Amino acid sequence: MSDKFKLKAELMNAEDFARTIHRLAHELVERNRGVKNLGIVGIRTRGAFIAQRLRSNILEIEGVEVPLGILDATLYRDDFRRKLKQPVVRVTDIPFDIDEMNLIVVDDVLFTGRTVRAALDELMDFGRPAQIQLAIFIDRGHRELPIAPDFVGRHVPTSIGEEVQVRMKEYDGEDKVLLVERVEN
Amino acid sequence: MSFDFYRRHLLGMEGMSKGEILHILETARSFREVIMRPIRIVPTLRGYSVVNMFFEPSTRTRVSFELAEKRLSCESVNFSSGGSSVSKGESLLDTVQTIEAMQVDAVVIRHSAQGAPHFLAERIRSSVINAGDGYHEHPTQALLDMFTLWDKIGGLSGLKVAIVGDIAHSRVALSDIHSLKTLGAEVMLCGPKSLMPFKVESLGVKITSNLEEALEFCDVVYMLRIQLERQAGERFPSIREYRQRYCLTMERIKKFKKDDFIVMHPGPMNRGVEISAEVADSRYSLILNQVTSGVAIRMAVIYLISGGKDRGKF
Repeated sequence: MSDKFKLKAELMNAEDFARTIHRLAHELVERNRGVKNLGIVGIRTRGAFIAQRLRSNILEIEGVEVPLGILDATLYRDDFRRKLKQPVVRVTDIPFDIDEMNLIVVDDVLFTGRTVRAALDELMDFGRPAQIQLAIFIDRGHRELPIAPDFVGRHVPTSIGEEVQVRMKEYDGEDKVLLVERVEN
Repeated sequence: MSFDFYRRHLLGMEGMSKGEILHILETARSFREVIMRPIRIVPTLRGYSVVNMFFEPSTRTRVSFELAEKRLSCESVNFSSGGSSVSKGESLLDTVQTIEAMQVDAVVIRHSAQGAPHFLAERIRSSVINAGDGYHEHPTQALLDMFTLWDKIGGLSGLKVAIVGDIAHSRVALSDIHSLKTLGAEVMLCGPKSLMPFKVESLGVKITSNLEEALEFCDVVYMLRIQLERQAGERFPSIREYRQRYCLTMERIKKFKKDDFIVMHPGPMNRGVEISAEVADSRYSLILNQVTSGVAIRMAVIYLISGGKDRGKF
């Protein structure tokens, strides 16, 4: 990445991060009245790690391990031919039958809604879930499609030149959420 | 992680870097997952059109390309030389330009002349994918072979591979040699001297005409078909004699007691000539894995090539 970023604010530290995940896990279980028929699908890259953490929190709360899948929506995106080179395609791994399940789709940041649209289309090719809900860690606004999350970790109003970076231990070595601004170079 | 792959043609394996090959293999791994799904089709290349031009007969390569295109949601059109204007004497360039004028994005071409895809790539706007040109190269076959091996054993570095049979008429051999060498494998070629190309040792390979020596050397044996349609039969006394000296049989494999031995073949096989039916169907054989890999590799190649934006340039 040649883009440069200027840090504007730290929105969450590691403790905030853990609390928000914990609350989201409780909300998921509450709204679905338990974990019957529940499955979690994380969108690569960081959505998958958020999904894993939600799952281990749910295990603590309910004592049940809900099925977890990981989805790479690259092949369903609508913007890939506008980019200079092909995005790297990674493996989708949904090791359970999603028919008649209540699925929670998980991503780190919700912005235009296009990734979620792609993810929904991809999921439909795997089967017919009874219901799909959307859980988002940070909602930064600026939707371009009519997509609304069912569960939100935090709303962060942003301007279009800003960006929310969710950093996670599993991938970035630390748990943190940053508000940054892209600097033209 | 985000490797730069800018090629917009796939003409051959010669000169392709290790990074590029591994990037194609990684991408193919994702596509193999796609073709194991209940719905084996993704909308990725909707509106991208491909023409499959086969100026030579082919079953598996052609079906494999067609499936790969359909599973990426490409529009594809097939063209074969019989029954077309080629039989009226139209030149290759005219044929392809005519088709290109109908607005296609990529041309998959198999041709009996070495260099035909290169010739086109310099003259048309579409991307060109070589599906076999004469005795020269067959890059998607080599990539699917690399993918099959890489998937089975991980890295190819230090792996010993013997390619056995009709090297002289084989485009698969040449593409495989380039790919294997680039990925760090050691290669030995084995076959009658009359089926060995001139100066082939300049590619940095070992050469033998004794099958037992090749089997002793290698971890993987890659059997080639005797290409009788290319008059290979004139280069040795008889099929019977060839079979006696070069047919891969269970007895020959067992003699070397290699438990995780691997047998490959690009197909179509002449069972009982270069490979016995027993070996072809044995646990050593990865021949059907090769076929499955073929679709995933061709999806990966078309996907990556379609992203080569800088039109007009290699």
